[in-house]
Order: sequence, then structure tokens, then C-alpha cells
Amino acid sequence: MITLEIDGRTVQARPGQTILEAARAAGIRIPTLCYLEGLSPRGSCRLCLVEVANWNGKLVPACATPAEEGMRVVTGSQRLKELRRMVLELLFAERNHICSICVSNGHCELQDLACELGMDAVRFPYRFPGLSLDASHEKFVYDPNRCVLCGRCVRACSEVEGAMTWGFAGRGVNTLVEPDLGGPWGESETCTGCGKCVQACPVGALAERGVATAEQEKRPQVLAEVTERRPRV
Amino acid sequence: MKRIKIPVTRIEGHGLITLRLGEDGRVKEAKFHVTEARGFERFCRGRTLWEMPALTARICGICPVSHLLCSAKAGDAILAVRVPRAADKLRRLMNLGQFVQSHALSFFHLSSPDLLLGWDYDPARRNVLGLAEEKPELALDGIRLRAYGQRVIEALGGRRIHPAWAVPGGVRAPLSEEARDALAAGLPEALRIAQDAISLYESHLDAWQEEIATFGDFPSLFMALVAPDGTWEHYSGRIRFVDAERNVVADGLDPARYGEYIAEKTEGWSYLKFPYYKEAGYPEGLYRVGPLARLNCCDRMGTPLADEALARFRALAEGKAVTSSFHYHYARLIEILAALERIERHLDDPDLFSPRVRAEAGINELEGVGAHEAPRGTLLHHYRVDEDGVIRWANLIVSTGHNNLAMNRTVAQIAQHFLTGREITEGLLNRLEGGIRAYDPCLSCSVHAVGRLPLRVELYGPRGELISWRER
Repeated sequence: MITLEIDGRTVQARPGQTILEAARAAGIRIPTLCYLEGLSPRGSCRLCLVEVANWNGKLVPACATPAEEGMRVVTGSQRLKELRRMVLELLFAERNHICSICVSNGHCELQDLACELGMDAVRFPYRFPGLSLDASHEKFVYDPNRCVLCGRCVRACSEVEGAMTWGFAGRGVNTLVEPDLGGPWGESETCTGCGKCVQACPVGALAERGVATAEQEKRPQVLAEVTERRPRV
Repeated sequence: MKRIKIPVTRIEGHGLITLRLGEDGRVKEAKFHVTEARGFERFCRGRTLWEMPALTARICGICPVSHLLCSAKAGDAILAVRVPRAADKLRRLMNLGQFVQSHALSFFHLSSPDLLLGWDYDPARRNVLGLAEEKPELALDGIRLRAYGQRVIEALGGRRIHPAWAVPGGVRAPLSEEARDALAAGLPEALRIAQDAISLYESHLDAWQEEIATFGDFPSLFMALVAPDGTWEHYSGRIRFVDAERNVVADGLDPARYGEYIAEKTEGWSYLKFPYYKEAGYPEGLYRVGPLARLNCCDRMGTPLADEALARFRALAEGKAVTSSFHYHYARLIEILAALERIERHLDDPDLFSPRVRAEAGINELEGVGAHEAPRGTLLHHYRVDEDGVIRWANLIVSTGHNNLAMNRTVAQIAQHFLTGREITEGLLNRLEGGIRAYDPCLSCSVHAVGRLPLRVELYGPRGELISWRER
């Protein structure tokens, strides 16, 4: 076992466990968004950044950094709070996150994080991109206006369902999640209609068809449940 | 050049009134301008049908319920479903709560300070707080009555403002028995307050004669939804037009085909469109909607206390249409009573607890119209969607729009009567505001606008020179 320190507490981790897994096992909360149990870690949202005091305060994503012997991790410094808040503000400014009319209002990980981290205003100018909603699928709706590019849908589709329908297209701020090689989701030849992407999506970007504002509740834990029950080969 | 600034307050939204004098020094022309544009119909495009109730409800914080229900009904039309019986009754119940809260706000909070403290009372204290000092019981009654209406909305939608509860095909959840019991317990007090307010209004009729005769007293058409048997209606029914004699001009019109009998004119000086009755042309096709129109159009209220009040209301005009817009206040109070009596009936209905409240369906029509009576008058939501249920086009005709021509005519009548000389006096300004306020307009709704909206009055000479202006 590895012994490390998180927020002054001595914590044990198995070799290969990440800082996030060790912290969660010890009941220490670190905010996450792109991380989802049951999927591979990506480290792209940067909300789980922590400081490693004995690495000169280096910032590392807790979800993707293996715990190491003697590591001294800080999860809630003032610097980290400010950084996480800024990351959130950038996410809100990037697309059109209008909570009041969103299907996920009240059941949204982005909204919950904004409350938890005290994001009461956005200091960056909103970009207001004019993105089109795709309601062509018979069961689901994809609204890129609400997408945070966490990639949970992409990983759920490839790692758990194995359909590999979703992928990233474009670069930087203009990146879009797209089915197949672009085009209407309803015409996708690979999509099995399983809905794992919808359950994995932390926001209102992927939703069940026909749900009205604030009605979309999700069960992201099904991804971990499915993978745990699956026989290992 | 002398300028005096005045605002029009205690209405939902803001506008500008301009008065133009003729060579004889009399008011020749008066215009009521709505000076904000918002573009709601444009940014509904690209959103799904299922989001529209909550999206359009955000047009207004006073009447979100009206937009919510009307939008859900346009959605019903596009799904081509019949809403389950329980959902229909639950939606009706919420709309009745909306009538009570919105009408109570209009009468007690916004208008009663003028009516009861006087048109020339100190403007700094001519508000609900001043009323609370002078007539504390009345002010508290008003607050309690409005709160009752809001409790009805909250019991159904989970919150008082912007409940995202009605959806295309029905509603999200039924009423609970506990909530029903709480509403039933509050009803006797609400009924008492509504009846007291009607008595109070009726006892002041003599004192208000000058305002009654000048606050938009002119013959016109009236439009409202009425039930198939001619009873007062607030949620469904068909469109009826009556004239000043209460002759039925048109009846049984399908609200979904409003374009066949209503046209909308735009004028360069207002962002608010001017709907008119097509057959009579513009501007002769002026018609009024809202409480006054609903009472003029219906044959009966359909509940005992409200029908007694309707008989007294009818007696004002010897059975013809009541044509003074001042009596919007009277009609509003009678409608509060009618709404409360209907709430009482609904609360005994076991259907309200039924779990079968939502018809699920796909996109079965590409176009749908929702028609509805909002407290302020007939509301129309008209959507076109693509095969996936994404909004491609939307048109919203709100009650304040229907009343636009009538409000213009009203400010002209008030100015002609109360303007003396070339100064906009406090008394004139307040009566101009009061004349507009009688319609309980929602200017934020009418142009789907947002923000702080003061009212301003400008007086122009015969050659278009600005003589004075006032803003509060």
C-alpha cells in the first residue's frame, strides 16, 4: 500500500489508484466534471486540480494522477478555489448555458458546481455561439449549446457500449461532439440507441426526447454499475 | 421651450405618451408608444417544442402561468393529442389561481391607491405603502388575496413564479390531498375579501363619475373566449365578438384560425403591433379584450355570487356593453369572485389527484395554435415546427397588443378632457397613467421586453414642436 497525505490527513492507497480515488475512499471531496466512475479518466476539465506541496505546489488533475508514496496533497487552497471558479466561468462563457429553460435545470452537475464553488457571476464576455440543436434521433436530443466538451458521452459510447458513435470534431473552443462523421444523429449507422451517452452527460446537452424544462434527471452511476457487472476477460 | 419630465408607473413595463395640440390649443392627437423591443419570437426558433412553455413563461414575471399554459396548449395541438381529463382540470385550476393573483395585484397594489387615495394625492405616498398607512385593513386584504392566488399556483407547480409544470400533452404532476385541504381552508377568507372589494367599488361609483366618463368611454367591439353555451370562459372555448350594444357580431370562431378575422398593423412609432377586427378595417376594427370584454361577451358567469355581481355590472349600461375602460377594475373584481367560486368547485373533484395527467405523443402536426384567456385578455401562441419538433417560426399575440388601439383612444380622451393650457400637470399625468393602468397592460409581455421601463409623456404643438414633457 502507498501512504500519502491529503489535506493533512494520512491516507492509504493501492498502487495504481489515483489521488481522486484515494481521496474519495477517505471521504475527502474533490470537485469533478469530466471524470465519471466506470470510464477512463481524461483530465480535461481541470476542475479536480490539486496541489502537490512537496512537488513545489505543482498543479495536477486528481482524476488522472496516480497516488505516490509520501505525496502531500492540498485539495482546497485559496489558489485552487480561484482556479476552479475561473474554469467554471470559462465553461459558462463558452456556450449558451441558460439554466432557467434547460431540461436539466435542478439536476445538472455544472449548475451544482457553480453553486458549490460560489460562482455568482461570470467575468468573461459570453461567446453566445449560434449552434443548432439536433432533434433528429427518435429517442434523444443533442443540444451543443449546452455541451461542456467533457467527453463523457464519447467515452461511454466507445468504452462501455462499444459503438463509437460519438467523437470530437474541430479544435479548441470550436470543438463539437458529433455522431459518426458528422450529420444528423437520427441518421447515424453506428448508434444503438442505448442511451448511455445521455446518462453519462453531466449537463443538458444530451437529453431524452420529449422531456420538458427541468425534467431530465440522469443516472450517471449506471456506467460504473454496468462495467462492474461485466465479466472480465 | 419648456420641458417637464413625468413617468408612468405602476404598470408592468414602460411606454411613452405623446400629445399633439391643434391650432385651437386642444389635443388633436394622442399616441401611446411602447418603446422597447425584445425579439422573443425570434429566439424561440431552434428550440424544441417541449421547452417552449418554460421558455415563453420567461417573457413575464407577473403572468408566467398564462404563457406557460398557452404554450402547452399550442404544444397539445402539435402533438395532436387530447389532454387527459385530470390535466385539463388541473390546468384550469392553475389559471384560476393566476386570475386571482394577477387581478388582485392590479386592483389592490397598482390601482387602488389612485381610486381610494385620490388622483391628486401626494404622488410620493400614492402607492400600496401609502394605502397601508391610510387603510391598513384593505392593503392587507389585497396582499392576502394575491397570496391566495399564488398559493394555488404553488400547490400545483411547486413554486409561485415560473413553475415549469404544464407541458405539451398535459401537466407534470397532480394535486396532493394535503395541498387541496390547505387551499380549501384559505378559500372563505379569499371569498370575503373579493366580495368586500366589490362592495367598496360599487359604493364609490358616484365619486368616480368624471373618470368613468373619460377613461376610455367609447363604443367598440369586444373579443373574448366564451364556453359553447355562452358562459364566461378563461381557458378554452371559442372566440366571440360583441359590439357596444352587446349584439353578437361573430360567434363560435376557431381561435386557431385567428388570422382569418384578426389582422395586425404596425406603426412606425411603436414596437407594439395593432391588431384589429379584419372585417371592420383599420382602425375602425378596434376591439378590447380582458375582464371588461369577457364580461361583455359572456351570457353568464356560471357561478351564483359572480352572476349576481354580473347583473349589477350589466345594469350600469342597461344590459348593453359597459363601454368605459374604467370599469375594467369592476370586471376584474367580479372575475376574482368568479375564479374563487370555480376554485371551490374544482377542489371537490377527485380527478385532481389522478396520476393520469400527461398524453405522450410525437410530432403529429407541423403547426399549432394555443388560445387562452390571460388575466389581461386573450392570448395566442402560434408555432410552426419541423419534423423533429424544433420551432421554426413563432407568433405570440398578447392581450396588451389587442388593447393597443383602445389604449391609444383612451389616452386621447383623457388628454382632451383633463389638459388645460400647455402644461402636463401632475393630475393629468396621473390620470393618463391611470387610464392605461385600467387595462392592466403588460408592456414587457406585449413586446416581450425586459428591464426597467418608465413612462414618459410629451406634449407637442401644432407644428410638431415639443412644448413640455414629464417623466416620473
